[in-house]
Amino acid sequence: MAEQPILQVRDMKKHFNVGGGRILKAVDSFSIDIARGETFGLVGESGCGKSTAGRTIIRLYNATSGQVLFNGEDIHKLSGKKLKQFNRNMQMVYQDPYASLNPRMTVGNIIAEGIDIHGLYTGAKRRARVMQLLSDVGLNEEHANRFPHEFSGGQRQRIGIARALAIEPQFIIADEPISALDVSVQAQVVNLFKKLQKDHGLTYLFIAHDLAMVKHISDRIGVMYLGNLVEVTSSQDLYAKPLHPYTESLLSAIPIPDPEIERRRERIILEGEVPSPLNPPSGCPFRTRCPKAMPECAAAKPVLKEVEPGHHVACHLY
Amino acid sequence: MSDTILSVKDLKVSFDTYAGEVQAVRGVSFDLKKGEVLAIVGESGCGKSVTAQTIMRLTPTPPSRIKSGSILFDGDIEITKLSDRQMEHIRGSEMGMIFQDPMTSLNPTMTVGKQITEGLRKHQRITGDAANKRALELLNLVGISNPESRILQYPHELSGGMRQRVMIAISLACNPKLLIADEPTTALDVTIQAQIIDLMKKLSEQTQASIIIITHDLGVVAEMAQRVIVMYAGKVVEQGTVDEVFYNPQHPYTWGLLRSIPRLDEMGGGDLVPIPGTPPDLFAPPKGCAFAARCPYAMQVCLEEDPDHTKLTADHSAACWLLHPDAPKVERPVEAGGRKHG
Ligand SMILES: Nc1ncnc2c1ncn2[C@@H]1O[C@H](COP(=O)(O)OP(=O)(O)OP(=O)(O)O)[C@@H](O)[C@H]1O
Ligand SMILES: Nc1ncnc2c1ncn2[C@@H]1O[C@H](COP(=O)(O)OP(=O)(O)OP(=O)(O)O)[C@@H](O)[C@H]1O
Ligand SMILES: [Mg+2]
Ligand SMILES: [Mg+2]
Repeated sequence: MAEQPILQVRDMKKHFNVGGGRILKAVDSFSIDIARGETFGLVGESGCGKSTAGRTIIRLYNATSGQVLFNGEDIHKLSGKKLKQFNRNMQMVYQDPYASLNPRMTVGNIIAEGIDIHGLYTGAKRRARVMQLLSDVGLNEEHANRFPHEFSGGQRQRIGIARALAIEPQFIIADEPISALDVSVQAQVVNLFKKLQKDHGLTYLFIAHDLAMVKHISDRIGVMYLGNLVEVTSSQDLYAKPLHPYTESLLSAIPIPDPEIERRRERIILEGEVPSPLNPPSGCPFRTRCPKAMPECAAAKPVLKEVEPGHHVACHLY
Repeated sequence: MSDTILSVKDLKVSFDTYAGEVQAVRGVSFDLKKGEVLAIVGESGCGKSVTAQTIMRLTPTPPSRIKSGSILFDGDIEITKLSDRQMEHIRGSEMGMIFQDPMTSLNPTMTVGKQITEGLRKHQRITGDAANKRALELLNLVGISNPESRILQYPHELSGGMRQRVMIAISLACNPKLLIADEPTTALDVTIQAQIIDLMKKLSEQTQASIIIITHDLGVVAEMAQRVIVMYAGKVVEQGTVDEVFYNPQHPYTWGLLRSIPRLDEMGGGDLVPIPGTPPDLFAPPKGCAFAARCPYAMQVCLEEDPDHTKLTADHSAACWLLHPDAPKVERPVEAGGRKHG
């Protein structure tokens, strides 16, 4: 039998009460398994619920319903020592490397924050650990005594990654960790993520809207639309044979840096915009923009099902 | 009649700040043909926006200052010599600009309709009715449905993609000869980006306006542009047709840019090759080639003297010592260019 996935998310929902009796279904249907050592990419357009899903998985939000199992245990039921252990095992890296670093703390102290909270090391051992982390992420020892504003965007992101690694997590949720960086620097940080995964056996949930980059770094990818996971499959499969009409148009919208290909390419240009999550369409969330919509799409919401081995899609066409 | 709409020659622009002079643009030259789409690419801070804003004379003096160079528009108009009033007229009637964040350039207190008609009435002296009619036409042209109700709305009531369409409508109002779009889709989702790019492509065909598009997305360049300029630290390091720059790039910085991005259509996917380090400080740009410190092929001469452009074809040139006849032959990395996919 296959090893138990490190993360199992079952029918997770996160609804926000936004006042006036209105409910915003930020995440409405979301089920995934992530294997140990895997990189799972989560993509979708702005506001589709990627960050909310990540935050609910790491328990920054309580799920409205459903289950999040980490190493087989329901994280929303943890308390005491087990909760502390969970907080160590799962860490988050954020999009804006500057806003997430305390400007008044030295880089060394920022990186050691988790070490201090969890009382892992003190004195010379703490110092040695910080130096090791700095070198792991490609910074050097003198950087420990400097302040975040003295660093470039890419360097700040390295500091954020070192901070997340400090307490030896098993699982890292990276929420748009490279979106704020220049293209040449994005490659530096992505390669760092890959190297650290290899060295430390990490598992990643990698959230981003740049599908080419997500495809590059991920083993499998989940596509979200308006709070729902609509397709999950391997990175290669997603590009080679997308099944959901939304995935198809998303792929088609991304220009490829190759003039000849671009001259030949026929685009599927989606009409209109993503509906408001406060007032989503009945049935399938995508049907109002879907070039293949059928009458039944308005009547019933399709559920995510496995239509080929390892390839899941939520669409009435399948 | 010449087929060049814009000719920029050795443009140098600096900012005087309390910390010293920032040499934002350090000698940029290029021509733009009528009806052509030209892309400017390069890392953050390399001077793309300052170049564009200087062409439209949108950077305030002080702190900015055109140190030298010439910007010849539509034959004989020397942009650098115009008075503010003359320039305002040109901006309203011959040039249009689209910014990354439409919210900062749209007036939040004015309806969409008013913002479109204002320029028309000022620069074309047409009646209110005619201006309104033209506003509806323009909104239709940029793909906004129900224009009759949209003209009564305020910018904050529109989505990001819709605001960008309104910006485009405003910039097209007076049938400009030149349209400059500074990262017009960076803030938008990809499906909306595809709509806007499709729109801009159609408009450039229909109106014969020349377009300069500034972007950091090489995919957008490949999709939209005929020619491309690669900037680094305030200078043009390579320029050519898109085919020349994508399939036969000559400058190691261009190689670096092409190798550092993943492609959606790549299979397997080896490692990305980042460009090490960061661009130089424009307070004190290096004496030699600005890219030398990050360049794996840098030679002694690169540190001492800035290379001139070597002309390779009518459109293609690059500023690199490797192109000197006496320079050692360097093999271009395979991931950088020459990859015509089946
Ligand atoms: N704390 C909150 N309270 C109310 N609504 C929220 C809250 N957080 C997020 N939302 C809403 O939930 C939806 C999903 O937001 P989320 O930030 O998860 O999207 P996202 O996919 O991460 O988008 P982006 O790509 O822009 O980061 C949005 O409509 C958002 O406005
Ligand atoms: N008002 C200003 N005062 C001082 N320096 C400035 C000012 N505006 C721009 N600069 C400097 O001029 C240089 C070029 O800036 P510019 O905005 O043209 O870069 P860019 O290529 O458009 O970058 P990005 O991709 O980030 O938009 C930068 O080093 C920038 O710091
Ligand atoms: Mg988010
Ligand atoms: Mg800019």
